[in-house]
Amino acid sequence: MARITVNGKILDIDAAPDTPLLWVLRDHLAMTGTKYGCGMALCGACTVHVDGVAVRSCVLPLAALEGKTVTTIEGLSKERDHPVQRAWIELDVPQCGYCQSGQIMSAAALLQSNPRPSDAQIDAAMAGNICRCGTYPRIRKAIHRAADLLTPDQPS
Amino acid sequence: MAGGGLVLAVTLPALARKTHPAAAAAPAPLNAWLRIGADDSITVLVDRSEMGQGVYTALPMLLAEELDVDLQRIRVVAAPVGAAYVNVGNGGQITGTSNSVPDAWAKLRTAGAQARNMLIGAAARQWRVDPAECRTTNGRVLDARGHSASYGELAAAAATLPVPKDVKLKPPADFRLIGKPQGRLDTPAKVDGSAEFGLDVQLPGMKYAVIALSPTLGGKAAAVDATAAEAMPGVRRVMTTSSGVVVVADHFWQALKARNALKITWDPGPNARLDNAAFWASIDHTASTGEGLRAKMSRGDTASALKSAERTLNAVYDLPLLAHATMEPMNCTADVRRDHCDVYLGTQIQDGAQAAAAQAAGLKNDQVDVHTTLLGGGFGRRLEVDFIPAAVEASKALGIPVKLVWTREDDMTHDFFRPPAREAVSAGFDARGKLLAWGLHITSPSITARVSPSTVASDPFDSVIEYAQNFPYAVPNYSLSFSRREIGIDVGYWRSVSHTPNCFAIECFLDEVAAAVSRDPLELRLALLEDKPRHVAVLEEAARRSGWGHPPQGRFQGLAFMEGYTSHIAQVAEISVTGGALKVHKITCVIDCGQMVNPRIVESQIESGIVYGLSAALWGDISLKAGQVRETNFHTYRVLRSNEMPEIDAYSMPSAAPPGGVGEAAVPLVAPAVCNAIFAATGKRLRRLPIASHRLG
Repeated sequence: MARITVNGKILDIDAAPDTPLLWVLRDHLAMTGTKYGCGMALCGACTVHVDGVAVRSCVLPLAALEGKTVTTIEGLSKERDHPVQRAWIELDVPQCGYCQSGQIMSAAALLQSNPRPSDAQIDAAMAGNICRCGTYPRIRKAIHRAADLLTPDQPS
Repeated sequence: MAGGGLVLAVTLPALARKTHPAAAAAPAPLNAWLRIGADDSITVLVDRSEMGQGVYTALPMLLAEELDVDLQRIRVVAAPVGAAYVNVGNGGQITGTSNSVPDAWAKLRTAGAQARNMLIGAAARQWRVDPAECRTTNGRVLDARGHSASYGELAAAAATLPVPKDVKLKPPADFRLIGKPQGRLDTPAKVDGSAEFGLDVQLPGMKYAVIALSPTLGGKAAAVDATAAEAMPGVRRVMTTSSGVVVVADHFWQALKARNALKITWDPGPNARLDNAAFWASIDHTASTGEGLRAKMSRGDTASALKSAERTLNAVYDLPLLAHATMEPMNCTADVRRDHCDVYLGTQIQDGAQAAAAQAAGLKNDQVDVHTTLLGGGFGRRLEVDFIPAAVEASKALGIPVKLVWTREDDMTHDFFRPPAREAVSAGFDARGKLLAWGLHITSPSITARVSPSTVASDPFDSVIEYAQNFPYAVPNYSLSFSRREIGIDVGYWRSVSHTPNCFAIECFLDEVAAAVSRDPLELRLALLEDKPRHVAVLEEAARRSGWGHPPQGRFQGLAFMEGYTSHIAQVAEISVTGGALKVHKITCVIDCGQMVNPRIVESQIESGIVYGLSAALWGDISLKAGQVRETNFHTYRVLRSNEMPEIDAYSMPSAAPPGGVGEAAVPLVAPAVCNAIFAATGKRLRRLPIASHRLG
């Protein structure tokens, strides 16, 4: 049993302490927006925020999360209107869409720490998120667009 | 699946089964693809699978264009298995060969026009006016006397009218959707986590399953000691299925831990000694002896022309096994009851999935409903149904819904890999360097022989020769032959299938020919295609946009061209090689794919094909040792990441020709364009992929 906060709700989770956060979210909490891709923190499909930092939930055991605050794609915004989500819709970033929850969570964390990232900073920050459909060019454009939406007074 | 209602044009078993007296209030089906509710909801049943290529937007656009409704109002649902939904060109309810738009082009526009006609007919009847006096505007029928009714108000009556046979389709000049960039209908759900993939399916009482597959391809479990696994928390059942040993538990993580606690003695089967050296030796033997010859086509007399040529050139190209590596690993959720089975999965082959589930459940095909979710990538991998039976067998045995999820390692090591190919190419020239003859001999396993054995006996066509059989260049003597050499493991359709190896051999060899006769690779191609204006236009545009012949300092260019999927496409790669390190800076890609439906999606598919092709060109290589696949996850099977992404300039030529395919068109050109650029930079010919297997410095 562990007590964690997920998308603003305090929850007691009854799962083995070694259960990765990914499977807690998906199987125990029925929050399936966070995806399984590799199980080894190689692909980024499972990216969520823990205490505001982007982490790979597939390798993060429940035991390490006691008292922590988790934000998933479902909790990023109430109305699908986080600047990253708005930019993603505007530019039609997703193709198959499977990796996109992870891409969006990584992008949101990047903009949190760096509201005006350069192309190189975007590429470096997003290098842990694989997309087999090839949405990388649009992701880069959409992150710039989201930066504009976040701080509209300083267009890039 | 929502309830059906009156089914007019086509009988759909899956819908008809659920018809009941209260269905009058259900949305009225105007035809197999369209339902309109009294609440003005408009639902389009899309019979191709959405795997990123945009069919959940492009296909509704075709229907909406003629129906005269706002695209963004349309709700998309996946079509069930049904005769109306067969893709004629593919011979089944199949999403593949990049033909979703070409297949739907006339069909869905006609369906939209027929439905509009029926809605007008219903209004005219109600208002007692001549249908010719009625018109439509965005979901309403109107007449000059001031009558007006929404499609929703008319749908139930319209659905009882006969389907008009001859409807007039809009001329392209009147298109308001087709050819204009439109936002994808599936985007919103893909940015908030609500999009449902197979992995996300949840059913009441559902349990989770993991499978232990034979580490040696083609092996099977000889003995299973499940004592430890069965004692683990949450474990419901350990059972041997037709495809491996399945563990069912309350949660995925419990099932996975229990699977890892199984003690299985594997019978490795016939592949215990199979490795890359062994299968390449067998391919080499077949290639050199010419045994197993299955297909041969020629124009002119290539053998004589090569013999009498002033000068000849020969090269051999080797293409490795490749994994599909879809982002979403294979999975299937099955719910088997006494006389019925539901399966929920991402599949590119609904009728095949139905048959596989029926067989595993011991039911008839029409007792199985296939619920197609979004696909977390397809690339041909989900044309296979190998991951279905174990889920069905487990659900049947336990009497509860079971979701079987493959791990990434299961997925990577038990793929239906892109077959290896050896391509031997010869060219003969006259004294002035004019190309007289071109011979191509391909040695490879056959996918066609596995998936369609009945056609193999009667038809010399095999997917191995695709594209090469339509060799576009004007060479007076051309011969193509194919020797089949199986390697003991199943191989499958990998995005662009044999366009990829064949385009690699043809375009790299043409670059070698150009160098041998001291001609510019672009100029040589233009000369060999001079009677084909669409080919020439695409090449010239690619040359113009890329600044062909004038790369920036320190950079080098390579060119490739292909005609495939009734599209014409050219790419220029711009690279540098510094201290042996390759950097791909830019890919310029120009396509003429005929009439575009949604240019925005065409552009993203070009980008997609380039990324997929570049991953394979640079690193793609599945290797076998003792019959086992050595690459298990993304650390050993490397794919392109954002920091390795070249700049892409994608351009589509305006065209009024019928629509061609796009999803696979860009993939094959990347490897030859990059390798030809590497030759320009280093003088090295890379005749074996992946590029990473070579030292460039």
